Amino acid sequence: MISAILQSAVSGASSASHPLAGTAAEYMWLLPLLPLLGFVINGVLSLNSARFGPGDPNTPGHHPHSEGAADAPAISHAEQAGAFGDDHHAVKRHRWAGIVSFVGPGVLILSFGLAVAMFLAMTAGTMESPFVQKYFTWMATGDLSIDAAFQLDQLSMVMVLVITGVGSLIHIFSIGYMRDDPGYPRYFAYLNLFVFFMLVLVLGANYPVLFVGWEGVGLCSYLLIGFWFSDKANADAGKKAFIVNRIGDFGLLVAMFLLFANLGALDFVGVNARALQLQAGGALVTAICLFMFLGCAGKSAQIPLYVWLPDAMAGPTPVSALIHAATMVTAGVYLIARSAVLFSLSPVASLTVAVIGAVTALFAATIGLKQWDIKKVLAYSTISQLGYMFIGVGVGAYVSGIFHLVTHSFFKALLFLGAGSVIHAMHGAYHRTHSHEDAQDMRNMGGLRRFLPVTWVLMWLATLAIAGIPPFAGFFSKDEILASAFERAHGSTLASATWLGIPGSTLLYIIYALGLVSALLTAIYMTRMMLYTFHGPTRTGAQEEGHLHEAPWVMTAPLVVLGVLSVFGGWLNLPEVITDIIPLGARDMLGHWLEPVVGSATARVSAGEVHASVTVEELLILAAIVVAVSGIVFAWARLKPARLVRKRDAVAEEGFERVVAEKYFVDEAYDRAIITPTYAVSRNVLWRIVDNGVIDGLFVNGSAAVARGFGWMGSRLQTGNTGTYAWVLVIGVVAMLGAFTLR
Amino acid sequence: MLAESLALSAALFTIGVIGVLTHRNAIIIFMCVELMLTSVNLTFVAFSRFYGAAGQVFVVFVMTVSAAEAAVGLAIIIAIFRHRQTINLKDINLLRG
Repeated sequence: MISAILQSAVSGASSASHPLAGTAAEYMWLLPLLPLLGFVINGVLSLNSARFGPGDPNTPGHHPHSEGAADAPAISHAEQAGAFGDDHHAVKRHRWAGIVSFVGPGVLILSFGLAVAMFLAMTAGTMESPFVQKYFTWMATGDLSIDAAFQLDQLSMVMVLVITGVGSLIHIFSIGYMRDDPGYPRYFAYLNLFVFFMLVLVLGANYPVLFVGWEGVGLCSYLLIGFWFSDKANADAGKKAFIVNRIGDFGLLVAMFLLFANLGALDFVGVNARALQLQAGGALVTAICLFMFLGCAGKSAQIPLYVWLPDAMAGPTPVSALIHAATMVTAGVYLIARSAVLFSLSPVASLTVAVIGAVTALFAATIGLKQWDIKKVLAYSTISQLGYMFIGVGVGAYVSGIFHLVTHSFFKALLFLGAGSVIHAMHGAYHRTHSHEDAQDMRNMGGLRRFLPVTWVLMWLATLAIAGIPPFAGFFSKDEILASAFERAHGSTLASATWLGIPGSTLLYIIYALGLVSALLTAIYMTRMMLYTFHGPTRTGAQEEGHLHEAPWVMTAPLVVLGVLSVFGGWLNLPEVITDIIPLGARDMLGHWLEPVVGSATARVSAGEVHASVTVEELLILAAIVVAVSGIVFAWARLKPARLVRKRDAVAEEGFERVVAEKYFVDEAYDRAIITPTYAVSRNVLWRIVDNGVIDGLFVNGSAAVARGFGWMGSRLQTGNTGTYAWVLVIGVVAMLGAFTLR
Repeated sequence: MLAESLALSAALFTIGVIGVLTHRNAIIIFMCVELMLTSVNLTFVAFSRFYGAAGQVFVVFVMTVSAAEAAVGLAIIIAIFRHRQTINLKDINLLRG
């Protein structure tokens, strides 16, 4: 019935003249509604079991893959009773697991099917303007009128396909990964809710609707990071993510206020149309863009707000794959591409984005070199790759940024799910032998290729892709970003601008160099991870080895699909310089596809650009390949997995290596610089002085004292002597009479 | 004529006020209050001679009210005297704050 109402509302609202009217795109409201339905069903099942069922997800206890609290896995062995031969742990599947396994991924697959149908409808014709559906007026006060509206254009279509496509695969993987978790329906409820908000984020037709999705995905991220909340470390990690993101969201809100105050519009169509009223390069548009970028830095884990993402690995691994690698953390890149018109008007803000991206890419990559937790390596790798995307959208190569977003979602999802498969095997082995070793530490792995051959091959494909080895997906996207940064240095609005006194073109060369160094480091730390995990001797333990095994097909099948995408994803946007040499297929498909959305902005940024010659372009590609290959070769030659010792025998690092392994002590620095002073001010000023002194002392007790004082004075007047009263009365009357007569 | 009447009335009223303020005996104070009421009545009557009968109507009201007040007031004074064996206001200060 709700859908019938929505349907009638939609048909009344959609513009009949648009090429997408009457096609599958009419049903775009169904895209987020399906995951929302899944959330409701799974949520009800979860609540139901919480009240009546045996496997109450809210009771702490059996966590099949407890992660995060690495040193003390939260496995309560006392809870597992009974011996069943080989698998002597009585695993209590959730009573509704069957329905949930069907509904959770099912709604996503339906959404993906609908997205494909919409995509086909879009390819059938050309459309220059977005297809906007208004459902109802959300807020109307004074000049401000915000509609609950969705819009479909080429950019949101790309995002929808990634979210529902990669999301479906990760949902399917989760069936196997989370199978034995007591909170199984709760997990899928959160995951479905996340997809709902993510789709609202990318489909929203104005900034406030986008903001609803933006906050919603933050909420789901929080819920899923702290999914195993009975471990305080996990709950704290969730809080950290939430609080750090609030700082960024403040920036996005301020940007929205500035937009409305100065342009009088918040919908994308209106803002893009009126943005040209703003003075190009002026302080106002720069302020709007910088505040917006603060939001992006929070959501997409860029310096200085990146600190939450490594901690977010406390959540289940498929969550890390979906939310903290493939979709949510790329929302910042999407927002900048969506606001490309604004950013193209402000070279200073664009350069800021690119500089932060480049510095983050390098910074996170160096930390990734010294991490032992397999998921932490991938977390820093994600931060680093997000930095690449920001270089792309920062230098005005919006297509390249989105291109890297797409390919990254393929290979990083594959890497995370592969790591999930490894952790699944490791954890199972340690669980069955009642060992308390860390199932995520690479020092406890080694030689796993013999036990997990499928995962091994697929993760190598993803590693080659992220390292930038042709013809894998990451090579094309990363090369395009670096090439764009290099080319923009030759006469563009960015090159002629200055950033903190540095000429734009110099800065762009530095950004290119930083990107190249990060590419080298990426190749090194990814090879290191693969070597230590899959090669060399097995350090897991003699007893445990017998229990290591490949994941079930429901987990490996999504890996295979992602593997194919990681290999061929680059075909989405083949550069001309490659297709001229090797005819691989149509070139610049994604570029042409996104042309109506970001074309004008790209043209504005690159105005006056001197196109690099074919030779230079070929040299850039050659440099990228040389860097990637030398990184892998270097890591392969230098690192000796055979020499590694298990985690418990490892000695602490020293000197600079320790600084890197401890993540440059940034968390500690934030603790000293922000958290401790905040506590001190709260305790000594706000609590002792303001609360105890001013509020309790002055206001509460003070007003009581004043009342008591007046009462005392009043009581002095009450002598009980009638004569006095009479005197007072007469004096009063005489005074009043005097006042009236003398007036 | 009016001026003389008002002057007499004011004089009577002032005598009443001074009596209330200076005496401690409740009966005397009570009588002084009656004197003040009577002086007000005189004012009403004087005005009514020049401005119509409304003043005389008020006089009837005041006399009614003062009769009631005399009844209640005297009753209170008798009650106090029975309770405390005095009607000196100096000794009656139960309401002191």
